Amino acid sequence: MTTSTARRPKVIKGMEHLAVPKDEILLKATGVKKYFPVSRGFSLFGGKANLKAVDDVSFEIRAGETFGLVGESGCGKTTTAKMVLNLDKPTAGDITFEGKTVLKMDSAVRQNFRTNVQAVFQDPWSSLNPRMRVRSIVGEPMEIATTMTKQQITARVGELLTEVGLNPYQANLYPHEFSGGQRQRIGIARALALSPKLVVLDEPVSALDVSIRAQIMNLLVDLQKQHGLAYLLIAHNLATVRYMCHRVGVMYLGKIVEMGDTDPLFDDPLHPYTRALISAALPSHPDIKREEIILPGEVPSPINPPSGCTFNPRCPVKIGAVCEEMKPVLAEEKSRHRVSCHLYEKSKKAAEDVAKAAAAAPAVPSTNGAKQA
Amino acid sequence: MAGVNTAPTSPGIRAQDRDSFGPSTVREEVILQVKDLRTYFTTRWGTVKAVDGVSFDLRKGETLGIVGESGSGKSVTSLSVMRLVPSPPGHIVGGQVILDGVDLLQLSESEMSKVRGDKVSMILQDPMTALNPVFNVENQVGEAIRIHQGLRGKGLLDKIIDALRKVRIPAPETRIKDYPHQLSGGMRQRVVGAIGISCEPLVLIADEPTTSLDVTIQAAYLRLLKEIQAETGLAIIFITHDFGIVAKMCDRVAVMYAGKIVEFGDVRQIFNHPTHPYTEALLSSVPKLEEKTDRLYAIAGQPPALYNLPPGCSFAPRCPYVADRCKEEYPPMFSSEERHVTACWNWDKVGKAQ
Repeated sequence: MTTSTARRPKVIKGMEHLAVPKDEILLKATGVKKYFPVSRGFSLFGGKANLKAVDDVSFEIRAGETFGLVGESGCGKTTTAKMVLNLDKPTAGDITFEGKTVLKMDSAVRQNFRTNVQAVFQDPWSSLNPRMRVRSIVGEPMEIATTMTKQQITARVGELLTEVGLNPYQANLYPHEFSGGQRQRIGIARALALSPKLVVLDEPVSALDVSIRAQIMNLLVDLQKQHGLAYLLIAHNLATVRYMCHRVGVMYLGKIVEMGDTDPLFDDPLHPYTRALISAALPSHPDIKREEIILPGEVPSPINPPSGCTFNPRCPVKIGAVCEEMKPVLAEEKSRHRVSCHLYEKSKKAAEDVAKAAAAAPAVPSTNGAKQA
Repeated sequence: MAGVNTAPTSPGIRAQDRDSFGPSTVREEVILQVKDLRTYFTTRWGTVKAVDGVSFDLRKGETLGIVGESGSGKSVTSLSVMRLVPSPPGHIVGGQVILDGVDLLQLSESEMSKVRGDKVSMILQDPMTALNPVFNVENQVGEAIRIHQGLRGKGLLDKIIDALRKVRIPAPETRIKDYPHQLSGGMRQRVVGAIGISCEPLVLIADEPTTSLDVTIQAAYLRLLKEIQAETGLAIIFITHDFGIVAKMCDRVAVMYAGKIVEFGDVRQIFNHPTHPYTEALLSSVPKLEEKTDRLYAIAGQPPALYNLPPGCSFAPRCPYVADRCKEEYPPMFSSEERHVTACWNWDKVGKAQ
């Protein structure tokens, strides 16, 4: 198998185990929001509310880069991934791929987008059609999007299977004949079929056994190096994110609360939520003693999030009224390291600027503040 | 390594003292002894030896971790201790499970149901399926207490509220009328925990109790289990696939592969110098938050099918230390140091640079 090495891993610092990303921005999300309307109670009139699944999220992914989104369940990371894949339309904001918006695409742009953005899903048992042979599963994107002949497709399927560590003859088998790790390899082969530029990985290893996870993570890192792929990695396991990602965004209740290069973010987290999250991560050795920050309560409902900073009811370092009254704004506190918290001068100042601008233009309806930026 | 564990917290961040979270106060008194337990399943492909000769003991106040991947037999081991193996197709074909001087495998079904939930109880992985959606919290927590202790009325109610208070459910007096769907995932798992400890068992089996919980909720739940253990001297068997949980919770560890315990020792022995190649590989294949490697160590191949095990050591086909003898003869337990045993012919080579 190409991806399993018995070689003893070396301890390193920095990013030398990952590919070097390019400067070119591949995907850019600006002020993206996704509100789901929900009805509240049994009232016939009114009673409508919005579930703010994703609330004003901006990030960019460079070519060849892995951008990770971490957070607990319900923080909006999967909804964000769906919007990046254009499976869900944002309520507000814009997403561009190679400089062109994905919200309104003509057929040529759409074809280009669909070819270049692919996905690998969490559960390898439900993401492959049990009635299709591997050849059809991996070959289907090529049948649809290219003019390749049957022979060409068969040859390419064999190549792809070899590349992900399977045997070309396995193209004749059905998904149930594979183990979980092998199925995930098939899912990856399908995602690579059209030589995409961006692959969205939604919890790609969390359903796999521990010994198989390492194989798949090594494979993903190798493929990135070979093909210059960009990844959007959605995960809740911090160690996985730290190993795989160049940059990381931490999400809480639909917002990115901190974003930066992986090592600085993990070594010196700024946002109190990030700190709590890292402190709660399981240790890799019994002698590692982390000071644990236990957050009181649970994640509030995204239907009626707390005012001001949405983290304020659980925040162990809440300053005071300002946290309840003013929304913090994501601002660059250190080089390439952004945080949204009133503890930090730049974020606080940015929030004050937004508040001033809002006060200066009083006509804006205050229902959702969508037009403030 | 510089990083998360040593990073100074900024002024104002309240960190709780971890000293209360150290090793359990283990007493020497053995409370549960499992000897040569064998649980086989009859399938159309042949006999699956899901648990094949597992032996361990558990002392009062101790936390034992049973680690393994899916199909290693860790859950069937715990179900066998509880005598809850679905039969057919499963049968406990041999061995002893001695709890407090009584061999559970010799008890009749009605005698066993007096023990189950009273002296030994279980917390399952998914709190949504472990709780019955049509009964409220009071009913479900009260059931075991009513059956095992014969309490009714006010006495029962006090006991229920007491159990809920032990698992730190806020305002238990009002919460007892809630149904499972009204509780969050973390709260539901606390209710399951309350059921588990309601009759003050000697042994609590926790089968992946936190896998469905979020990271911060998981941390709070693990801390809670430790606190309950410190208060009551409960012995806990922790079934998990996650070495992080083992590092945080356990005093001793049993690593299972293909139905057998392949390595058994104190938690620091296992982490500092594993002597089975499988343990070594598992420990180094997990990415670490504190330390980065240029590559993850990957074990070649797949876990074997249990109805068709290779002769000799089951790990031999995936083992980097494999020798001819491994393919012919299953290794006995070697003792590499005091209280640390391993089933590997080449245990003294494991961990030495290749």
